Amino acid sequence: MVMAILAITALGAGLGILLGLAGKFFAVEEENPLVKEIEAMMPGSQCGQCGFPGCAPAAKAVVDGEVGLNFCPPGGRALVEDLARILDIDPGSVGEVAKPLVANINESLCVGCTKCLKACPTDAVVGANGQIHAVLFDACTGCKKCFDVCPEDCISMDEEAETLRSWHWPKPAAA
Amino acid sequence: MSNATAYCSPFAHAGSSVSSIMLQVCFALVPCTAFGLYLFGWPAIFLFLVTCLAAVVTELLCLFLLKQPWYRVLDGSALLTGWLIAITLPPWAPWWIGVVGGFFAIAIGKQLYGGIGQNIFNPAMLARTALLITFPLQMTSWVAPAPMGTAMAPGFQEALGITFLSASVPDGLTGATALGHLKTSLTLEIPATEILAENFVLWKSFLGLSAGSMGETSELLILLGAAFLFWRGIIQWHIPVAMLASLTLISFIFNYSNETSYADFLFHLTSGGVLLGAFFIATDPITSPISNLAKLIFGAGCGLLIYIIRTWGGFPEAVAFSVLFMNSFAPLIDRYCRPRVYGRLPGGKPLPQLSPVDLGREVGRRR
Amino acid sequence: MFHGLLKLPQVRGGVHPHGHKDRSAALHILKTELPEKLYLPLRQHAGAEAIPIVKVGDKVLKGQLIAVAPSEVSAPVHASSSGTVIEIGEITAAHPSGLTSSAIIIQTDGEDRWIDLHKLENPYEEEPLVLANRVAEAGIVGMGGAIFPAAVKLKQGTKHEIKTVLVNGSECEPYLTCDDRLMREKAEEIIEGARLIRHILRAYRVVIAIEDNKPEAIAAMQAAAEAYGVIEVEVVPSRYPMGSAKQLIQEITGREVPAGGRSTSVGVLVHNVGTVYAIYEALVYGKPLISRVVTVAGACVARPRNVEALNGTPIEHLFEACGGLESEPAKLVLGGPMMGIPLPSVDVPTIKGATGVLALAKKEIPREESSPCIRCASCVEACPMGLLPLEMAARSRAEDLEGASEYGLSDCILCGSCSYVCPSHIPLVQYFQFAKGELDTKRVAARKMEYTVELSLAKKARIEAEKAAKAAEKAAKKAARKKTVKPTKPAAVTQVAEPESAEQQEETA
Repeated sequence: MVMAILAITALGAGLGILLGLAGKFFAVEEENPLVKEIEAMMPGSQCGQCGFPGCAPAAKAVVDGEVGLNFCPPGGRALVEDLARILDIDPGSVGEVAKPLVANINESLCVGCTKCLKACPTDAVVGANGQIHAVLFDACTGCKKCFDVCPEDCISMDEEAETLRSWHWPKPAAA
Repeated sequence: MSNATAYCSPFAHAGSSVSSIMLQVCFALVPCTAFGLYLFGWPAIFLFLVTCLAAVVTELLCLFLLKQPWYRVLDGSALLTGWLIAITLPPWAPWWIGVVGGFFAIAIGKQLYGGIGQNIFNPAMLARTALLITFPLQMTSWVAPAPMGTAMAPGFQEALGITFLSASVPDGLTGATALGHLKTSLTLEIPATEILAENFVLWKSFLGLSAGSMGETSELLILLGAAFLFWRGIIQWHIPVAMLASLTLISFIFNYSNETSYADFLFHLTSGGVLLGAFFIATDPITSPISNLAKLIFGAGCGLLIYIIRTWGGFPEAVAFSVLFMNSFAPLIDRYCRPRVYGRLPGGKPLPQLSPVDLGREVGRRR
Repeated sequence: MFHGLLKLPQVRGGVHPHGHKDRSAALHILKTELPEKLYLPLRQHAGAEAIPIVKVGDKVLKGQLIAVAPSEVSAPVHASSSGTVIEIGEITAAHPSGLTSSAIIIQTDGEDRWIDLHKLENPYEEEPLVLANRVAEAGIVGMGGAIFPAAVKLKQGTKHEIKTVLVNGSECEPYLTCDDRLMREKAEEIIEGARLIRHILRAYRVVIAIEDNKPEAIAAMQAAAEAYGVIEVEVVPSRYPMGSAKQLIQEITGREVPAGGRSTSVGVLVHNVGTVYAIYEALVYGKPLISRVVTVAGACVARPRNVEALNGTPIEHLFEACGGLESEPAKLVLGGPMMGIPLPSVDVPTIKGATGVLALAKKEIPREESSPCIRCASCVEACPMGLLPLEMAARSRAEDLEGASEYGLSDCILCGSCSYVCPSHIPLVQYFQFAKGELDTKRVAARKMEYTVELSLAKKARIEAEKAAKAAEKAAKKAARKKTVKPTKPAAVTQVAEPESAEQQEETA
């Protein structure tokens, strides 16, 4: 009887101490390192297409589970899969990502004010003062920053057009 | 995009189809089935028709409930399943055995798994096993052959009674199969050699003039059907050969070491459903593995299990159990027996680059 | 060493589709009449689009360079007849999507006048690299349908050790007989072309592989090759896809190309007979690639035969040359039926890679509704690559791209043998095309993301640098104003100049 009580007490005390130590040694710092890691994986153009004021707040929202993994249109499906891997989520369960948009400049309206050029976080708009600007689609993340600053309303945000290079066979109709 | 270009190459096809495969298997079953029907008369014919009909009707019902196109039934797979169940039943079993079997095979053995192509277990064998466990009496009431036209054969009226009204079978006709006899006699400590000398005649067994399931008795006609399937390229040799070889080998070893307790391999090969199982049941593409090596392992496993269950298990017959057992292993075997891919080592790594010496070596065609 | 010990089995799998070759193989190659307009797409090759160097209204001569290659992996385009450039714009592409591609449209003048050609008296005296460049300038691409720039392959060959030049005359696709006819009619030219390629690569031997269903072509090539000991004509069994480079190499050398590698890694360079002929024409006569032999066949064509078509000829014109279409085709195909692509209309032009144009009737393309897979493994037996098509298709269907790749999607050559034999009529190839396309899309997206991250970081750094520069300037000015004594201007200038130059460096980088 006494033996049993002693044994249980000792066990309890031992485990308690262990837990306490574990809490000290393995404590997670104030900022979750995952947020930094996720932020590094994102496009980083601070475009705001997700509704957050930049990539860092969006990364935090993902870690806190406030948004789905498909929150980032410029990141596309590739980002969803990277995130799913480090967060250990089945990428198949994540919904479609919104099609990324790209900016288009209406050449007949552009006056060459360079406002969009300065606003673009990825230098996707080329041109010079007084010259008609153009968008390099390969560099455009569709962040709409140029759209917002254009004084002439000559920028439109469109889905990227399908080309012979981007086209591929669709999945066969269900059997 | 215009609709006309909506699908991609190839714009050619060999012309095969699922229904043609299924119907050719049915065709290959015709000789042994016809012989069985002749041997066991009208009751067998009734049971055969009822079982096939039950399977097809169940299939239609399931397709309707699952909102699938009704014409899927035309692929012939339900007919084949019903057919396979029927020919493994005791020929004079009551009609409801056939109906339950057909229903169980299609509804539970196939459609519950997601329909054709999705089932893990061979539906016909699943049904047979279920019947054997649930209705052991009806499933082990064998009759001696009473070919149509002979004095012993029941007439049409009498046969209706046997199949549909469970009329009792004339006493002189009941009898155990050779396998069943061996099993019960061995427990009485009678030597196997003696039992077989009394009850087993090889040529009779080979031709099919013995008690047994409706279509399993004639080994000769089963081989004929199998030859047709080989010729049409519908089955490959791997599974049957591995299965028969492993059964032969193990029965030979045990018989050689102790003749009094173990039957010889010819007895095992020509008894029960071994040949039917090897050529028509274990080769079912859906429930057997894909690659050649995997097929060999699968077949060998079936043969081994048949011997183990027959010799040390509780049932005299074992084909259904062994095939089901190996069915459950098929995905696992497939996983570890993938064919080697062109340009890769068996493990999947790319072939090593040629060394300059190898590259310089003269190479030629192998003829 | 290990590789040498490993016994590699012979070509596996494959199928035997009906040939349908008799009718078109029986007739001589027909020269078509000059079409009114030629539509020359700027990308008829693998790689970057060519850049036009002519304007609307320019007069061009036959063989004149009208678009140049912007990079190594690309090919220039030449005018295939004389006339006037009337438009540079979008036309319906020879592509299943029905999308457009940019092209130069020439109104022919009927004179068909050649530009001055630069002949080579003795090409064997030239340096290999000079000859390879000549092939590049002629705009020659793989004419068996692969459309990979031929010169790139030749130059690769000069870097690797090539033992064997393999001339592919197997032509395993049903219907197609263009290589068969070319070998019968231009045997000597092809042999000469093969010798030139051997010279460029300094290769040891030349093997011409022909399927055993072309006895006339075999005889013609053997007769032409007789004079040269190093040229062997090998007869290979007729089995689709024998004409695939990987399978042909295995058949001829007993070696397998390592996964992810090229033919050159086993010391072999493969060229189609059409390409070899074009190389001969380019090296000896200086002729650019402006025409090719095209098989016009299919049950809807009145008189199936081979025609020599100028690049850019609308395929409708080719059908007319062969007696027109007798009935409405169920499917228009560019290339062979096994691997060809469906065409959106008869308006698309003939391109460099067009081995054939087929107008197939409904009865020729038995297409049934697909039913569930019964795991019969016919596809496994038919697959020449040793893959498990049924598993790959099941995973592609579930959009499990990783799973499909794990089962060897990247090793699949899209030959169509699996779809051809599938009793369930499952469009296996389309599942693979879909999965490969999705993977490509993802790769492109990932690359774009990486690129844009880099760009935004660069911009941030630049803005920081600019700010710092401005702050420094301000500080310098302040300091200058405070010191009523002589301003230390030179020092301030150097202070400002430093970050600025750093920024410039970044921009150019």
